[in-house]
Amino acid sequence: MSSSRPAFRATGTPVLEARGITKRFPGVVANKDVSLTIHKGQIVGLLGENGAGKSTLVKMIYGLYSPDEGEILINGESVKLSGPRDAIRRGIGMVHQHFQLVPVFTVAENVILGDEPHNSIFVNMKKATAEVARLSEEYGLKVDVNAKVEDLPVGAQQRVEILKALYRKAEILIMDEPTAVLTPQETDELLRVMRGFADNGVAVIFITHKLREVLEVADTIEVLRGGQVVGTTTPEQTDQAGLAQMMVGRSVLLRVDKKPATPDTVVLEVEDLEVEGSLGLSAVKDVTFTVRAGEIVGIAGVEGNGQRELVEALTSRISKWKAALVCRPLKMSPSLSGREK
Amino acid sequence: MSVTDPAQTDLGFTDPDPQRGGRWTRVQAIVLPLASVLLAFAIGGILIWFQGVNPLEAYWVLFSSALGDIDGLTRVMEKSTPLVLTGLAVTVGLRTGLFNIGAQGQLLVGAIGAAWAGYNFQMPTLIHIPFAIAFGMLCGAAWASIAGVLRAYRSVSEVITTIMLNAVAIAFVDYLASRPLKEPDQPLTRTPEIAESAALADFGIVPSGFVIALFVSVFFGWFLARTTQGFRFNTVGLNPSAANYAGIGVKKTIFLAMAVSGALAGMGGAVETLGITGRFEPSFNAGLGFDGITIALLARANPIATIPAALLVGTLRSGAASLQFQTGIEPEVVDVILALTLLFVAAPIVGRLLFRKRAMKQTTVSSGWGGA
Amino acid sequence: MRARYAYTLTIAIVAGIIVAFMMDENRTVSVLSFSLRYAVPLILAAMVGIVCERSGIINIGIEGQMLMSAFAGFFGAAITGNLILGTMIGVGTGMIMGAFLATGAVTWKMDQIIAGTIINIIATGLTSFFYSQGYVLPAITPTLRIPILADIPLVGPVFFDNGLFTYAALLTAVLLWVLLFKTIWGLRTRAVGEKPGSADTSGVNVQRTRFLNVTLAGGLAGLAGAYLSIEAASTFERGLTAGRGFTALAIMIFGAWNPIGALGAALFFGLANGVASQLQADEVIAIPQQFINMLPYILTIVLLAIVSGRVKPPAAVGKPYEKE
Repeated sequence: MSSSRPAFRATGTPVLEARGITKRFPGVVANKDVSLTIHKGQIVGLLGENGAGKSTLVKMIYGLYSPDEGEILINGESVKLSGPRDAIRRGIGMVHQHFQLVPVFTVAENVILGDEPHNSIFVNMKKATAEVARLSEEYGLKVDVNAKVEDLPVGAQQRVEILKALYRKAEILIMDEPTAVLTPQETDELLRVMRGFADNGVAVIFITHKLREVLEVADTIEVLRGGQVVGTTTPEQTDQAGLAQMMVGRSVLLRVDKKPATPDTVVLEVEDLEVEGSLGLSAVKDVTFTVRAGEIVGIAGVEGNGQRELVEALTSRISKWKAALVCRPLKMSPSLSGREK
Repeated sequence: MSVTDPAQTDLGFTDPDPQRGGRWTRVQAIVLPLASVLLAFAIGGILIWFQGVNPLEAYWVLFSSALGDIDGLTRVMEKSTPLVLTGLAVTVGLRTGLFNIGAQGQLLVGAIGAAWAGYNFQMPTLIHIPFAIAFGMLCGAAWASIAGVLRAYRSVSEVITTIMLNAVAIAFVDYLASRPLKEPDQPLTRTPEIAESAALADFGIVPSGFVIALFVSVFFGWFLARTTQGFRFNTVGLNPSAANYAGIGVKKTIFLAMAVSGALAGMGGAVETLGITGRFEPSFNAGLGFDGITIALLARANPIATIPAALLVGTLRSGAASLQFQTGIEPEVVDVILALTLLFVAAPIVGRLLFRKRAMKQTTVSSGWGGA
Repeated sequence: MRARYAYTLTIAIVAGIIVAFMMDENRTVSVLSFSLRYAVPLILAAMVGIVCERSGIINIGIEGQMLMSAFAGFFGAAITGNLILGTMIGVGTGMIMGAFLATGAVTWKMDQIIAGTIINIIATGLTSFFYSQGYVLPAITPTLRIPILADIPLVGPVFFDNGLFTYAALLTAVLLWVLLFKTIWGLRTRAVGEKPGSADTSGVNVQRTRFLNVTLAGGLAGLAGAYLSIEAASTFERGLTAGRGFTALAIMIFGAWNPIGALGAALFFGLANGVASQLQADEVIAIPQQFINMLPYILTIVLLAIVSGRVKPPAAVGKPYEKE
């Protein structure tokens, strides 16, 4: 699968280069002789299973850890980063997988934290708000600058994280599993925004384990496995199956072979379930479904839409709920297992 | 945690599985408290030296007057009895992740409750004594439950409420002993004497209150280690959300633990009244509640270990009066030594000094107020 | 919703005060002055709590800090013969104890409740051990009467004719509000208390911020203690602080960790005590003295019971910060 934009051509000194990076933790070698090169305006997709060493590598680039061996070069110059503050000063920004935002602060307050525009000891909030609004506009990251972060949906919160990095004039943007918390629509939006950064000359390191995304947006793909680089390629040269094989080390079935389900008797019937959530409002309302023996019922939704409350009510963790009917006609015997059926 | 949100608690040292952590954990469990005590004595010795007295001589007086003769031993055991019980009260709380600083107040209401049960009724001894003790325990439990309810059902930190209730208790029992429960025809603030049938006798040189305290310690050692309810206490103390997930009623457990804790302190007061003072007089030593904390931490929240810890404190307190008499050192030096002991037991100073990297995790009662 | 209750309550109280003033000027002024003076150490102590908790540290040792500072301040003033010096010694003592708490909580990552309790116990022990009779203050705290303003009926004599500590307390509350919500220090401090990870990755030194804040806040506790022994009681007694350090925490919560809110809560508390004391003195209500003594403590518990679970503390309070 190839993307519908011109292939990237690297020119000049790489804006960031990691050479021969090795990092050990007690009991495990997280990174072994890993190298990575990235140029201005390039998007590098860093791919690998959980524990392959992707996060460790970028944390070293961000100054949170230091490499045991190897070196990091920024614009050709070898550097030893003393911490995130140092990395930020050198133009490296990071959008964390688990957002590091202060929930009760506004978007503007979060973005400027640590680098506040000020008059002597007083924060110049007007200037801050204006600046953040400008950035939001310029990079197409729509967000209400005065809203409290805790009131924002996940996609918007991520935009705030990105704004934090842009506010500090990041030239290299590291994004650690940014799509993990997004809906498919939000993901597409994000990939588009990423393209925009690259077009503006920002270099992006994009960590993910989702093959589709990396094929769609990356200029270069680097695959890590067991702490080592097992391959560097481009979307033109490979496909999902190829990437999967590199990630895992053997051929991977990308489709689950499943016979059609044969649902049997009803084991759970729920009608008009309403569950009171933590704020006194209904977290779950008018939910009706049936579950039969031998079938898998999937409940989908972005986090925070009532799934947890649904399950907690049915397992008696929450007590404030009511339903027209909750019926468990079949007592499950412990010996009942899918395989036996 | 702030004062409003008592959340996770982490009693790293009351690991129910002493195998984990191995030899070092068990060695440290004994060495650390001992070292803390010795260090506290050392610093106390410096203070004594500043007052112009030889510390070794002072300590010799302290211990020999307390333990040197039969009477002294009895006195030490008498003094240690409420200490064991308040130490247990704090211990039971700590195990459940609660910091009950209200043992003093609970002890006071237990004491006056037992006094009332003692003088207001006529019963055969075999019934009267358990009745009076039980009533004292009930009063203590009720008093602690005020804090317990607020903590369990409104997330109000028990740390503040129990301290406040201490002060309320002091005023309240003073009122009771000066008005409704006052001994008539005399000017002092005190209750009438308890009936003969309610008095606790001694077993030779050993006060029966002390024997009761020993039994209760052993009982709680068993209770916390071997019973289902004890398991619930421990689990709620180690990880309330895991406890909740496992189906343990966290709120009920917290309430129950505070009530039990208060009952223990109340028993301390009851036993003091029935066995020693014979009535209630509001002149109780103010330090009893805090001593309970020191004892509980020295014993690392282990009920059995509470006994030697309480005996140590009891010895110090018993010898303090002679100390002043013979050397002129203020008895408050004992307060300072005990405060320092508490400091060294709870702060990772001694552990780090002696064991460096292998120092155990220290006691924590609240990783947040729970909130505070 | 809570704001509505607060407004209604405040209006009711103000109305009540005006009515009382019209009925009996002198008594009303005297009750209000008493209330204000009662509130002073509570205001300062609540500020200590606010600074500490906003930084993420529970300070349950405010009581001990105040007690120790009252002691040091009083004896310092008596021995040096200088009130100002004595006050400074008190403030310094508070800061030293703040540094202890900071070391315990931030450096050693101890359980903060235990650390605070230890401070209380040590303070009680040391002040009892070193206590001596027969010392006197060299002078009485000067009062400052602000002309013109002090002539306003009702408000004037209450607010504008007071000892210096009182003015200091009121100013501190206002100042702290400005610092906390309008300055860089305030923004970073609040971030440290709400989400230290965020502050850390933004380049704020979490541990250093916490340590400094807790230590400096101790100075305010020192001021509160010095007030008690130098201005209020003009002497030192064992147990002088009488639980005010804990009441201050309830006030801090009731004021939602906001300096102005805490100021209001402290004044309300002072007023409640002032009114109760006056009613008892006038024998309007025949309550035994012991119950009047109980009142501040019961009121504290009631305050906490009302407010707990309804106000949100700083999210990271009480949890030692570990870098990931």
